[in-house]
Amino acid sequence: MTDPTIAAQADSGGSYVTALEHADGGGTGKKGKPRSLWSDAWGDLRRRPLFIIASVIILFLIVVAVFPEWFTSADPNHRDLSRSRQTPSSDALFGYDVQGQDIFARAVYGTRWSLLVGVGAAVFTVVIGAVIGLLAGYFGGAVDGFLSRVAEVFFGLPFVLGAIIILNAFRSSGVDSAFALVMMVVFALSLLSWPVAMRIMRSAAISAKQQDYVKAARALGASAWRIIFRHMLPNCLAPILVYATILLGSFIAVEATLSFLGIGLRDPAVSWGVMISDARNYIRVAPHLLLFPAGILTITVLAFVMLGDAVRDALDPKLR
Amino acid sequence: MGRYVLRRLLQLIPVFVGTTFLIYVMVWAVPGDPFAGMCGERPCNPAFVAMMTDKYNMDETVFVQYFLYLGNLLQGDFGETFSGLAVGDLIALRYPVSIQLAVIAVAIEAVIGIAAGILTGLRGRGFVDNLVLVSTLFLISIPTFVTGFLLQIVFGLELGWFPATVSSEATWGELIMPGFVLGSLSMAYVSRLTRTSIAENRRADFMRTALAKGQPKRRIVGVHLLRNSAIPVLTFLGTDLGNLMGGAIVTEGIFGIPGIGGLIYDSILNKEGVTVTGVVVLLVIVFLLVNLIIDLLYAVLDPRIRYD
Repeated sequence: MTDPTIAAQADSGGSYVTALEHADGGGTGKKGKPRSLWSDAWGDLRRRPLFIIASVIILFLIVVAVFPEWFTSADPNHRDLSRSRQTPSSDALFGYDVQGQDIFARAVYGTRWSLLVGVGAAVFTVVIGAVIGLLAGYFGGAVDGFLSRVAEVFFGLPFVLGAIIILNAFRSSGVDSAFALVMMVVFALSLLSWPVAMRIMRSAAISAKQQDYVKAARALGASAWRIIFRHMLPNCLAPILVYATILLGSFIAVEATLSFLGIGLRDPAVSWGVMISDARNYIRVAPHLLLFPAGILTITVLAFVMLGDAVRDALDPKLR
Repeated sequence: MGRYVLRRLLQLIPVFVGTTFLIYVMVWAVPGDPFAGMCGERPCNPAFVAMMTDKYNMDETVFVQYFLYLGNLLQGDFGETFSGLAVGDLIALRYPVSIQLAVIAVAIEAVIGIAAGILTGLRGRGFVDNLVLVSTLFLISIPTFVTGFLLQIVFGLELGWFPATVSSEATWGELIMPGFVLGSLSMAYVSRLTRTSIAENRRADFMRTALAKGQPKRRIVGVHLLRNSAIPVLTFLGTDLGNLMGGAIVTEGIFGIPGIGGLIYDSILNKEGVTVTGVVVLLVIVFLLVNLIIDLLYAVLDPRIRYD
């Protein structure tokens, strides 16, 4: 079990660096040149136990999400009321829930939905925030003023309240396929959190704009489009990447909170949050209904937060 | 200073209008029949529909509706719920408890978070530092509702140290445990922020000067170091106070606190649009004002910052 995971990690790690080196202009592989920020960070990360533990957990979770049938033979939706709320045994590792469904099997199949929401929302947030932040930082003036005010409008919305209002508005539209439910939550989360990503990108873009390479590109007649995406983007990526990793973990927790309130995911997309929500009326008589999904959720969020911490320390040595 | 405040207040206006309009649209421009399910299984009486449409200007476009609503709001009228209760009264009844809870939460997170941050920031690497880092990792990772249920079961039901639920009077003692739950996530951020800020300032020139002048250690840490490290922490605490006043839906639900979070959650589910917009508008005002006050406090803490 352990060996393939580590091998997979080393493999994916390798391609990670090449991709970024490529984005960086490919000048880092040659000897004698100063190492780039990315390869320096990678060399630092590889030696951090926190990073290795976190990536092993995350890779394992990805495998579980993609191939849940490898990990359990039980049907997560098979109900048998005669075994309702039975405590953990050798038959069912985590016991059975109120409807007599295998909690372990449900948790294994739920991994997919929890991770999808986290990854989807983090990607959307970063893409929206990065594009708007770059435009605001590069053009400045009236464009910046307008985009910053728009961001402030969204920033002023209280997070949980805003998410409930958006999701409630969607709920009456009668969506019920699992994928559509996930997209709804992803949309609500990214709509409310892009302003922070935008601010991070904007300040990075403003400082990058003063650099000589941007002035040189402009003097050579490069278009605004080319300067922004070929020159500034690769150099402004570090801070927002750090933010995205930490955000991913917190989005998984937020999804659980929204599902707990009965407004996030629901039946075809049974995430850990939905399981916890189903368990909440029975916590006094059967705490294992709550504790197992909550424990898995916590470990997952912990892994992403640890990864984010390690990446931040590696990319931003000032904070060490 | 006066001009700065004025400029900031003027800047708040477009943000305020934008945010409230966004909320108004999201609550009122929901696709589907607004009267669906309001009168039980049967369709609503046409007279009732006509009265409601007239009362809430539902036959106008959403822009007109919004500006009529804003006009009433500026005169201090929050409107009425569908059953005829004044929303202003509902808020006045529920809001004090939520403020009380938010204040307790921020006080707890400030005291514990700043203390842990100072301790680790001053000591540097070592056992205490790692302990605090690991505990903050865990606090960040455990969702609020899990912390809430765990503390409720362990301290409320098993050990009986704190009351498991809050009565309708909501005394300060009853709110300590919910306040801790509400503030636990931010506590982790506060302690990390304080630690980084102190570790950065510890090596600053003014610290060396103070040490060279032979000042006592207490004064160096208490006056020079803390005051200069306070700005990022204070910014965070201020934003958090604004957030917690509206974001306590989960905590209020678990402990049965009769606050604003429960009110707004129920109103969203029951499609009481007037209550939702009223409460959220109030929360947005509070949030914006708290941030403004924090900005003005900077100058008190750091005289190098001037507003001209």
